[in-house]
This record gives sequence, C-alpha cells and structure tokens, in this order.
Amino acid sequence: MAAREFAQELKTRFGELISEPVEFRGEITVQLSESNRIAEICDFAKKQLGFDFLVDVSSVDNYGSDPRFTVVYHLYGYGHRCSLRIKTDVGEEASELPTVTGVWKTADWHEREVYDMMGIRFRGHPDLRRILMWEGYPYFPLRKDFPLAGKPSEVPEVAFSGIAPLEGGPFVTLPSSGSSTAREPRVRTPDTKIKEAFVERNKEGK
Amino acid sequence: MSTVQDIEFKDPAARAVEKVEELQDIQGEKMVLNMGPSHPATHGVLRIVLELDGEIITKAVPDIGYLHRGDEKIAENMTYNQFIPYTDRLDYLAPLANNVAYALAVEKLMGIDRALPPRCQYIRVMCCELARISAHLLGLGSFAMDVGALTVFLYTFTQRETIYNLIEALTGARFTTSYTRVGGVARDLPPGWVGQCRKFLEEVVVNIDESEQLLTRNKIFVDRTRDIGHVSRETAIDYGLTGPNLRGSGVDFDLRKAHPYLVYDQLKFEVPIGSVGDCYDRYMVRIEEMRQSVVILRQCLDQIPGGADNASKEPVDIANGKIFLPTKKKVLTSMEELIHQFILVTEGPNAPPGEVYFGAENPKGELGFYIHSKGGGTPHRLKIRAPSFCNLSILPHLLPGHLLSDTVPIFGSLDFVMGECDR
Repeated sequence: MAAREFAQELKTRFGELISEPVEFRGEITVQLSESNRIAEICDFAKKQLGFDFLVDVSSVDNYGSDPRFTVVYHLYGYGHRCSLRIKTDVGEEASELPTVTGVWKTADWHEREVYDMMGIRFRGHPDLRRILMWEGYPYFPLRKDFPLAGKPSEVPEVAFSGIAPLEGGPFVTLPSSGSSTAREPRVRTPDTKIKEAFVERNKEGK
Repeated sequence: MSTVQDIEFKDPAARAVEKVEELQDIQGEKMVLNMGPSHPATHGVLRIVLELDGEIITKAVPDIGYLHRGDEKIAENMTYNQFIPYTDRLDYLAPLANNVAYALAVEKLMGIDRALPPRCQYIRVMCCELARISAHLLGLGSFAMDVGALTVFLYTFTQRETIYNLIEALTGARFTTSYTRVGGVARDLPPGWVGQCRKFLEEVVVNIDESEQLLTRNKIFVDRTRDIGHVSRETAIDYGLTGPNLRGSGVDFDLRKAHPYLVYDQLKFEVPIGSVGDCYDRYMVRIEEMRQSVVILRQCLDQIPGGADNASKEPVDIANGKIFLPTKKKVLTSMEELIHQFILVTEGPNAPPGEVYFGAENPKGELGFYIHSKGGGTPHRLKIRAPSFCNLSILPHLLPGHLLSDTVPIFGSLDFVMGECDR
C-alpha cells in the first residue's frame, strides 16, 4: 500500500479534519486542521496504519502570518516502508497542542527541542524542560523575530551571554536599498526591519 | 584476689549479621552522582545526573546541549552551498557522509537528485563508505579502550590515519572536508587515488580481523558487554533508534537497502543484524558493517564510470550553470557563465518553494534534513534530524538497573557524537 492510500484512510476516518494529501518530490503531506486532536490522529496512524516509527518532530515559524507556527511530524512504518508527513498549525496565543509521547517514546526529546527552540508547549508532556539551551534562558532562539546575533541575557553563572561579535560572516543579506552593513542579518533588530523583510519575502514566495 | 572476666569474641560473620540487624531500621539514602560534561567515557560533552542505590543506577537524567551552536538558525541565514562547511561539524567523525546527505537533501528539493552524473554518484558512495569505516574504527577503538583494551585503539587509529590521508588527497582537508556541492562534488578523484584506496582496503581488512581477534572472544570484553544494555526490538523502534543500534536489536532495516539513494541499488552488500540487542551485538554489527563497506568500496572502484583517471572525461557535476558553479575559465571568458557565477555566489541556487525530508544511512544512524523552502537561495527552515540525539534519548530508560561501571560499555556501544546531538 502506498503512502497516498494511508493518507486517504486517515481522511476517511477523520473526514474534514484531514486535508487532501499533497505530493511533492514523492512525499505525501496531509494537513490537520485541528491541532488539539494530533495525539488521536497519531495514535490511529500508529495502531491502525502501522506507522510505528516517529522519525522527527519539527516546527516552522511562519512569522507575519496567522496562525504563526506549524508543527511537522514525520512518520514511517517499518512494516510497509512508507512515510507520511502530518502538519498542523498552532496559533501564537495558544502555542500549545497535545503531546504524542503516549504514542511514541521518542517524541519526548523531539517535543522538548521544539519547545526549547520555538516556545510551543506540549500539553501532557511528562517533563517539558529546555533541552539544548540552559535552564532559565529567557528566549526562543529559532523564532524568526530572534536576531541571529542573539540577545543579551542576564543569567548568572553563564560566561558568554552578550551579543555575538560581528565578524563579517558569510551570511546572505536581504535585498533592499540600504548599505550592506545595515542589511547584514545580525545587525537587524527584531522590532524594526526584520518583520517587514520577512513579510516581503513570504509574499514573493507565494 | 583476681577476678575473671568473660570476653566474648564474635567471628566476622556474626558481626556482620549484627550490623545488618542494627541498620535495618535506618532508611538507606540514595546518592546523586554527576557524570560529565567532560568525562573520558562520554566522548564529548554529555552530562548525566545519576541516582545511585549503592552501585546500582536507579535514575539517569541526561543533560545535553553543551555543544549547541545553533546550526539550524545559521542555515536560515545563508545560501544552500554556504551551509556545507557547517555539516562537517555535525558528526565530526564522518564529515564526508554528512556532506553527501545534506547535498542530496537540497538536490531532492530541487528535483535533481536522480539527474546526477553516474561518476559523481559513485564518488559520493565511496565518500560515505570511507566515512563509515573511519567512524566505526574510531567508535570501536574508543569503545575497547573504555573497557580496558587499549591495544585495539592503537590498531584502529593507525588505519584511520590512512583514511585521513586518502580524504586529504581527495578533498584537500583531513577533517573539515566540505567536499560536496549542490549538484555535484568539488573536484574529481586525484591521480593515483584509486590505487591508494585499493591498497588501503587490503590493509584495513587485515586490521579489522586483528582488532576483532583481540575482542570478540576476549573474556573480559565479553563479560563486560554481553547481556549489558539490552534493548528489545520494540523498545528500539519506540525510542527511534536508527543505524547500527537499531540493527543490533534485530530490526532488518538499512536506508541504503530500503530506499536506495545514489547507486546503492546497483551494489551488492549485506546488512548485518543482531539477535539479542545488547552491547556485544551492537559491537558485532559495527564490525561486520565495516567489512560490508569494504565490499562496497571494492565494487565502486571496479565499476566507476571513466575508470581511475577518468580518461573518457565523465562529468562529476550536473552541467547546469544555474545550480552548479561554472568553471573558472568559462567565468572569465563567457558572459552567461559570469552572470551564473555572480547569481550563485550572491543569492544561491534558486530552489522551488516546497518541503522535503531526506534521510541518509550515516555511520551513527539516520541523518535527516527537513528543508522548508519558500523559494530562493536560502531555506526558510532547516531541521536536522540527528541520529545521536535520538539514540541518546533512550538513556533514561536503558541505564536504570545497571551497575555504574556498565555505563561505560553502554555509551561505547551506542556510539554517539555530541556535535551532532547538540547541533
């Protein structure tokens, strides 16, 4: 059975909640419209459709559009050797969805990482702490409004908490009319230029 | 007048019994032991907070992130090709394999992964397999050293030196290779490389046999690894283990066989699997994987289109100036190539909007890249699915119940790299 048929089965079972499967480069993606039911969908996918391996959980920040975040689940079945991607949108105000640690144990660390990097919380997670950044770090670094240079954080007992020095790194600048120093991604502050730049870029993409 | 006093002498056993009775009512206290972040057995900067009851671990809380450099954030701010040097620093024991995996992910996004010239694909397969042998040799050497067999470490590192010489001849760097480009590889095989590689393969087979003889039936090694760190098939899948750790638990799964990329479908090799899922099985799987890598490399050297010195001038990159940098000579003499070069360097190759996930069978497991593109030369989001990260997440489940000294073979057999785990 191909991945598209599994997506169709999900759609038959959950109806309107699941979007039409989209294929790109041979990968099937379905969008779940109600992020609060992700655990239920995943449980069904594992127990009925044989997706016994959760490859990855990641998140995308669609800064400037609403809902802001997308959480992406990559599923794989060792039995039928098909993969499926399930995406679901999470708004910035709630920033919360149910955990899937009850379905796959490996989701534990993946969800902690998503929380650490993007600030999306997983309801019912047994131990939702930061994993890569240190305990007590105040920001979520993978959000698009977090500058590449970092922000100073006043956490005691951390040696380097200032902004990274500008060393003329290889980073690409966004197209605009300013000087190249002003367009360097690390000098842009979140409140001023970055937002417009990203909204502009998103439009171009569409 | 003398008084006689009876003195009662108890034998040691009786004294012990008495003490036990005395201590019975006292609540035993558990000890919390901090292991790492710089501990020789943790191979990098892994910290584990262990709760011990006597010498038995009752709880283990890994603390990772000491090597976090924000690679995913950095990737969002540079072109696809500029990120290749950063992939060297993921699994820094197999940088070539990371280069190949990343290039393939971007190529999948651009829809050119099946259009690569065959010589390029063969070179990439050889890169992956050399990296696998190198990473497994190090994993094996340090594993053996940690459990007390220092000699093996010296044997395997002699061979790794030869691999580094081969890699240096091929890429110009021993460690930070940055060899692939989106749409090809940086340069063709240098003259005489194929001969050197054949000579190396003859030597490494002997070396693997010698190392194995020192360990496989070594009483101390077997005692320390057998039935230690047992991971069942179901647990391995549930915790998302991949690579040799998954196969050690008896799951017959290898991405090179299940979803062949490059020219793996044209090569004959076997996938070794374990039966019990303990440290010893994982060790055996790695030994056998090295032998299979040698088999693959031999086939590649025989079959590579164009032969050793590429007499027929087979290309090693896709001849598309909008994706792969044109040659310097053309840039300096032709207007069109000059424009291509300028656009590629400043804006990067123009990828279509969309999202792809590509996973490659790396020495440590499945290294995956999820690329979310909104078009243009930089990814909107790049997620690295690091095998060591997932392999380590089993520790809180695996360690409790073992002796403190068992952590060393367990770490050695899981064979993780913190550069990749923390990204």
